[in-house]
Amino acid sequence: MTAGTQMVAVTSNAERQRSRMPRWYRRREASILSFSGLAAFVIIWQLAADLKGLDFTFFFASPSGIIEAAGKEVQLPRFWDDVATSAWELLAGSGVALGLGVPIGLAIGWYRRVGFMFDPWLNFFNALPRIALLPLLVLWLGLGTEMKIAAVSLGAFFSIVVPTAQGVKTVDRNLLDVGRSMDASQGRIFTSIVLPATVPYIISGIRIAIGRGLIGVVVAEFYAQTKGIGVIIVKSQQALNSDRMLFGIILFTISGILLSYATSLLERRFQKWRPGQDMEE
Amino acid sequence: MTSAPATQDLALSARGVRMEYLDRGTRERFVAIESLDLDIKQGEFVTIVGPSGCGKSTFVKLVNGLLSASQGEILVRSVAKGKSDAMVFQDSALFPWYKIIDNVSYGLVCAGVSKKQAHERAMPLIKLVGLGGFENKYPYQLSGGMQQRANLARALCVDPAILLMDEPFAALDAQTREVMQAELLRIWRGAEAEGGARKTVLFITHQIEEAVFLSDRVVVMSARPGRIMEDIRIDLPRPRDLHVKRTPEFQEYQEQIWQLIASQLKAAASQFGGSKE
Ligand SMILES: Nc1ncnc2c1ncn2[C@@H]1O[C@H](COP(=O)(O)OP(=O)(O)OP(=O)(O)O)[C@@H](O)[C@H]1O
Ligand SMILES: [Mg+2]
Repeated sequence: MTAGTQMVAVTSNAERQRSRMPRWYRRREASILSFSGLAAFVIIWQLAADLKGLDFTFFFASPSGIIEAAGKEVQLPRFWDDVATSAWELLAGSGVALGLGVPIGLAIGWYRRVGFMFDPWLNFFNALPRIALLPLLVLWLGLGTEMKIAAVSLGAFFSIVVPTAQGVKTVDRNLLDVGRSMDASQGRIFTSIVLPATVPYIISGIRIAIGRGLIGVVVAEFYAQTKGIGVIIVKSQQALNSDRMLFGIILFTISGILLSYATSLLERRFQKWRPGQDMEE
Repeated sequence: MTSAPATQDLALSARGVRMEYLDRGTRERFVAIESLDLDIKQGEFVTIVGPSGCGKSTFVKLVNGLLSASQGEILVRSVAKGKSDAMVFQDSALFPWYKIIDNVSYGLVCAGVSKKQAHERAMPLIKLVGLGGFENKYPYQLSGGMQQRANLARALCVDPAILLMDEPFAALDAQTREVMQAELLRIWRGAEAEGGARKTVLFITHQIEEAVFLSDRVVVMSARPGRIMEDIRIDLPRPRDLHVKRTPEFQEYQEQIWQLIASQLKAAASQFGGSKE
């Protein structure tokens, strides 16, 4: 280094660019940007709807129209009945899928013989487009809630069983040896090693299952047209009311988001030991 | 164990141990250990060295009861308290979902000790291996060297008469490894000061230098199928520190063992591709 050359602190390029922004902005950059993206879309949509004029609202919804439709809906007791029906179908169906899927998946992964017995069935149902079973479910269970709960569980079940079994099968052999080496009982090996090692697999299974379960509710309600948010959507379609229809769709989306959020809470509760968990906060 | 006077102070005695692995696919038997005899006295630090694949890990697993021998027998002294043996596994053998204190006290909990008591008994060992203050961290929050200390503490926690260590420092960098070697000897003495009886150690390594530095005896195994080729007593004064590695006696031992292993490697090379020479 020649005399007179100045020493300069090393900063990364990204750091230099960001440091021009004010502090309050830098701290919330991600949320500010994602919110603006959303807001920009809604505003442009609203402006476009206003330009086109009222005649088109039969086909094209607008944000203000959706809010208006929502305002009318929430005053009707029938609406809350529909929401409760859908929520119950979703929760009960997911509960059944989880309550059966996790133990069966654990058994398939842990006992080789159980695995052999279930394998053909898993392959069969995986290949089968399960929504095609809906008419059969209607025949067996009718058009009521039971059928729709069954549709949800059928959708979600396999997304939980398969990764759970996979998780058990891939438990680190070294760790199992540690348990055996310490003369741990089979029960303790299961609860202290197999189960915690499988939790991440179960949770990623739940994430997929949420989507599958939602499809189950929607299709079953479209098909049965008895009660539920799905019925709101179908009825609005018949009435050419796209605002109300989109309101129904948004409700399904919100329940998906809520379930995802609940899964994240579960994840945080059970995976404190994973690197990166505390960096995200 | 028989009451013959010659075996009275033995901690471990292996006689004619043979180990065959069965290949599930081909139904073929694969001989990992041909016939192995080994006696280890109580309080002795014995290291096995030998070419890769000669059956060292297999032997420790046999001693630990993770595998059972096809022929022969392994006797370990029965103990009034604690466990007869415990294994320090290679890297990544800590349970990632347990805090260090739960990892270290795992063996006690398995033995039916209440969690609270197990934690109380684990704390002195966590301090002994130099992890005081880290008991509530998860393994991923520790460096490789610290994880191996926790591994060691977990094995020590069940108060084993024999400590089995299968290449415990293999994954560490050269400097950390040297530090851990000296630490192991310190802990070995420390555990003696605390618990009374000196622990017997059966150690496995690929590093000749490590073997000579740590051991009272270095056992050299032949290439697969494993037999014991030579049993070398290391008469270097204890307590040892890292300086002993610079002495001529130390280097002589190293040279002697290296020659033995090199002859094995040559034999193996000529068996597979002798035309190269
Ligand atoms: N579970 C197993 N099934 C079949 N063969 C095995 C099994 N474990 C080990 N072997 C074979 O037995 C032989 C001895 O293996 P072992 O792991 O005991 O060797 P090692 O001396 O510890 O080698 P290294 O120094 O590389 O760790 C090897 O040739 C290996 O292929
Ligand atoms: Mg090995």
